[in-house]
Amino acid sequence: MDTKVINVQADFPILNQQVNDERLVYLDNAATAQKPLVVTESLDKFYHTDNANVHRGVHTLAERATAAYEAARSKVKNFINANEAAEVIFTKGTTDGLNMLASTYGEQNIHEGDEIVISIMEHHSNLIPWQQLAIRKHATLKYIGLTAEGELDLVDAAAKITNRTKIVSIAHASNVMGTINPIKELANLAHEVGAIIIVDGAQAIPHIAVDVQKLDVDFYAFSGHKMMGPTGIGVLYGKHELLDQMNPYQFGGEMIDFVYQQKSTWTQLPWKFEAGTQNIAGAIGLGTAVDYLTDIGMESVAQHEQQIVDYLLPKLVADDAIEVYGPKNPQKHSGVIAFNLKGIHPHDLATALDMEGVAVRAGHHCAQPLMEYLGVVATARASFYLYNTKEDVDSFLNALTETKEFFNHGTSKAK
Amino acid sequence: MGLAKLNNLYREVILDHSDHPHHKGQLAVDDVSNEITLKNPTCGDVINLEIKLSTDDIIENIGFTGDGCTISQSSASMMTDAVLGKSKDDALKMAKTFSDMVMGKQHAQADLDELDDAAILSSIVSFPARIKCATLAWWALQRALLNQNESGKDNVKSS
Ligand SMILES: Cc1ncc(COP(=O)(O)O)c(C=O)c1O
Repeated sequence: MDTKVINVQADFPILNQQVNDERLVYLDNAATAQKPLVVTESLDKFYHTDNANVHRGVHTLAERATAAYEAARSKVKNFINANEAAEVIFTKGTTDGLNMLASTYGEQNIHEGDEIVISIMEHHSNLIPWQQLAIRKHATLKYIGLTAEGELDLVDAAAKITNRTKIVSIAHASNVMGTINPIKELANLAHEVGAIIIVDGAQAIPHIAVDVQKLDVDFYAFSGHKMMGPTGIGVLYGKHELLDQMNPYQFGGEMIDFVYQQKSTWTQLPWKFEAGTQNIAGAIGLGTAVDYLTDIGMESVAQHEQQIVDYLLPKLVADDAIEVYGPKNPQKHSGVIAFNLKGIHPHDLATALDMEGVAVRAGHHCAQPLMEYLGVVATARASFYLYNTKEDVDSFLNALTETKEFFNHGTSKAK
Repeated sequence: MGLAKLNNLYREVILDHSDHPHHKGQLAVDDVSNEITLKNPTCGDVINLEIKLSTDDIIENIGFTGDGCTISQSSASMMTDAVLGKSKDDALKMAKTFSDMVMGKQHAQADLDELDDAAILSSIVSFPARIKCATLAWWALQRALLNQNESGKDNVKSS
């Protein structure tokens, strides 16, 4: 594997440490990504030199803070190729954006007998908001299934999306199956029947180039923290005309035009959806993360991660003691790899790997219906990002081997 | 090697209990006086616990089913060993001792001795992410004995 595509470890001080006396190998990137120095420095700079509330003051700091906050919005707009910055709404994260949509667009447009279509691989945050909306409105929630290979089943999608469908909401990339879903095709299916398409981009935007206009999506939600930005900041992109028709999500400061004793009018986009003091520093930090990714180039990021998958996945698939979920073909698999070591509960595995300095996730990955569909209680998950190296992959593979030995021939057999 | 530290947690007794859990299985339907299904929401582990309490509140029989990691399975096995034949009040006291112990609180040696094999799980203190795995079975015991539902509220009898 050629690791020269990207060589950025030095930008991430957190990676340079020992955990349980071993070199830290951070493979929990699907949960959250580490932050490059430039991102934390931009937070420092904001708090040390520019901190003020935005859109409120006439003094110099307020102007600087407002300019920085709106500059971050423009960076995001360019990063996802939105038509205008007004289509970029800052949220707390993916969950916040999807809940906002269910409470606004969903509340206004879903009626009894309507259908909402999601997929069986959705994260709970793109599942429960629709499930609860369907319950409130006496609508039907339908699930698109998977192919035998573990990919979204487009034939099933075409069958599930009908004239009654009003909303299709799908993850761009799965946080378990390691698949990238065909959003453009799904958008076409949705639009043909007059439905809108909402995309949960949490696991896609950090790893691949996303162009919301090319994909022709109506809404696209993502989190800053998974793309090396701070926690507590995220983005909801929406097409202007749809956002315009939507009622505000929350009421308060910044989002009003005029307030009378008995009625109010709302300000324009995007601020109509940004009630109250926002996560200003978070937005600025996210803007810096966008710059960082743009400098490296999303093509290079994707290429680097593909090399890791090309190197690692066949080794895991070839090992009889390991079950890999999702496509076995590396070309169809992202850097999110869910797997189990046969006979070893993923919790025990994760504890063992942690003793080797390797951080992975174990559990249901906020996708309980998917776990049930796959017939497993839980899985382990290793997920990679641009700062992971071939050495990391080798450490991971060694730790897996040692864990197998520990549980198969270790103390357990000394009975 | 890093895995040497694992021996502190995965002691022989623990691995034995998880490989060959005691009292794993359901009781005869008519024997069940107290029962609960409890999940660990962070990982999806499930335990179903069934208890036969005698008229004078002695645990006459106990059985568990469910899925989970080595720690949760062996903890359930050790718990059933420890409380079988005990009174409801004593068992509740043991559950309290156990949850204090895994949180690192001090207890009289006599209380810890009561726990039998289960006392060995005090080592979980140095694996904080796994404390919930160890306590699931004891929470289930407590809730079942107190006739509480999954969220710790009193069960409504009419159901
Ligand atoms: C596919 C997917 N959707 C949504 C989310 C929720 O993101 P957040 O917790 O940042 O709101 C996650 C993160 O775990 C995810 O992986």
